[in-house]
Amino acid sequence: MDKLMEVRDLKKYFKTPRGTVHAVDGVSFTIERGKTLGVVGESGCGKSTLGRCILRLIEPTEGEVLFEGTDICSAKRRELKKLRKDMQIIFQDPYSSINPRRTVLELIAEPIKFNNIIPNATETDIENRVLELMKIVGIDERLINAYPHELDGGRRQRIGIARALSLQPKFIVCDEPVSALDVSIQAQILNLLRELQHEMGLTYMFITHDLSVVNYFADDIMVMYLGQVVEKAPSEVLFENPMHPYTQALLSAILIPEVGANPHHIKLRGEVTSPIDPPDECRFAKRCNYVTEGCRKGTPPLLEVSPGHFVACHCIKPGGINTLKETVVEESEEICPCPPIE
Amino acid sequence: MSIKTVDTAGKEQAVVSNDDVVLEVEDLVVHYVLKKSVVEAVNGVSFKLKKRRAIGLVGETGAGKTTTALAIMNLVPDPPGVIKNGKITVCGKDMLSMKPHQLEKIRGKDISMIFQDPMTSLNPVMTVGEQIAESVRLHEHVGKHEAMKRAVEMLELVGIPGERAGDYPHQFSGGMKQRVVIAVALACNPSVLIADEPTTALDVTIQAQVLSMMNDLKEKCDTALVMITHDLGVVAKMCDEVAVLYAGRIVEYGTLEDVFNRTMHPYTEGLFNSLPKINNRHAPLKPIPGLMPDPTRLPPGCAFADRCRYATDACRANIPELRRVSDTHSVACSRYEEPGFSIEGWRHG
Repeated sequence: MDKLMEVRDLKKYFKTPRGTVHAVDGVSFTIERGKTLGVVGESGCGKSTLGRCILRLIEPTEGEVLFEGTDICSAKRRELKKLRKDMQIIFQDPYSSINPRRTVLELIAEPIKFNNIIPNATETDIENRVLELMKIVGIDERLINAYPHELDGGRRQRIGIARALSLQPKFIVCDEPVSALDVSIQAQILNLLRELQHEMGLTYMFITHDLSVVNYFADDIMVMYLGQVVEKAPSEVLFENPMHPYTQALLSAILIPEVGANPHHIKLRGEVTSPIDPPDECRFAKRCNYVTEGCRKGTPPLLEVSPGHFVACHCIKPGGINTLKETVVEESEEICPCPPIE
Repeated sequence: MSIKTVDTAGKEQAVVSNDDVVLEVEDLVVHYVLKKSVVEAVNGVSFKLKKRRAIGLVGETGAGKTTTALAIMNLVPDPPGVIKNGKITVCGKDMLSMKPHQLEKIRGKDISMIFQDPMTSLNPVMTVGEQIAESVRLHEHVGKHEAMKRAVEMLELVGIPGERAGDYPHQFSGGMKQRVVIAVALACNPSVLIADEPTTALDVTIQAQVLSMMNDLKEKCDTALVMITHDLGVVAKMCDEVAVLYAGRIVEYGTLEDVFNRTMHPYTEGLFNSLPKINNRHAPLKPIPGLMPDPTRLPPGCAFADRCRYATDACRANIPELRRVSDTHSVACSRYEEPGFSIEGWRHG
């Protein structure tokens, strides 16, 4: 096992006038070199905050992030600048994440110049490197002087990828890199990211809400709910044997594009509750169809129930002991009653 | 709970006289005329929708889905939008020849529309109850009190406790706002409901809830549904019929089974091949190469030809017509003129 990234008990709290938002609350995981960790969850579950925290784009409140053994959280500015060359991010929205007043050449050259990637480079050297990168990510040479508004979403996202690659990183956080794109373009970008991984031995953390994409892309999947990890397993295992009630509901909600493939989904009660000052209980308890008295007693720890398969549920214990019993779902609950927002 | 409107009987009569067809779009052409160019958004779209049926208009950004929907409502922004040609009949009424005050009576009553973004389609300074009641009072001669009662009933129908009628939109989450929007749209029991990407802004589990609810309501209220989406999974769950749009034209049209199980158009095939297969994670994605053509400069022939692996020179010369291949299934691809031609097809995960 060659750990590239190790995160221990990472927390990020935001203070707001209404209380403290527990955006990321005690998340631990490791990513092996050359692998992809998929992070899935619904909006507000803290997946993007997590992605930014491990690059220290936002300051974590607590915890350790070890990148090749170096703690990023305690690194000094200069050290961090060096580390960042190895760790890059691709953002969700290719429309707002690149400067509209720069040309393709300037956009891709910027990180190369800033980090002095090619020592004593002339403008021609840099232009050649930009052309090389454009070729790698599949942007036509003729577009080198184009501005972002002249390009469609897919090409803009390719610029984002080229900028990340320009520093020859080892690790890239992909934060919903394809959700703003059309399906046919989405497939182009996913294939590109996969090819790059094979060719350059990249390690990815792939953040998404789209489960069919993460299934295609990731080696391991981590499911988050309100700032915590509820289940983590290799992709095949998670899709074949989802154990946490939330994961089960999430997987059953995937709409498969086949006739008659979507008869029923597991109905959850209510909607995601507020992450402001959550009580010390299972955070999913309010929506869970299997909730018991015990679920209100403390946050369940993430336990390894079978090799490589971690679940955080009071009713699931190591060795496959599963005491989940459906409790409250009545047939009349066709339409979920929604509790008032706190 | 009864949500039948006062003069439903009259409406139904009109419907029956037209063989249950509640919506008919014939050869619709919509262009946006700009200073230097003309965006050819919709270029001859025709389809029919019967009572209680659901049709999915599928396509990528710029395919003309939303423009088609706006034209059905006679809401195309003018200028720059120009409806160049076409006839739209909603419950026997010709939408495009109506005066604005006549349209006001039809919109919300015979036909309603749900927009993509629930966050911006509600009025932030009115309670949700008032917004539903407003629609009721516009179309039916009922008092304030009666309208509010109906608003509370509608809220409960979409799964929101009635006592929340006095709350403002910001007090609701995204999924609940979308339910409120649906309640407003269905308040007067319309014959046709157009839903423009109604769940794209929602999370997966919430999307599943909202779609199930829409399905139930469709059955309960006898509404015909036009579902505009780019998500083939949503179509599989919600629709009976599918029209695949590309560059403002329907390229394939048929029942759900026709389009999904007997796919004929290369573009439809390409869409399916671009999707990750949930049951087979190692199946490689086969994206459609290239991009959709610029709608201000559509090619003279088939708009998909440049991205199509089956295209011939003949494809680039003439625009293929939508031709019937069975009672329910039509496809617009010239290659089918050759005997024995078939596409490779795609396989379920």
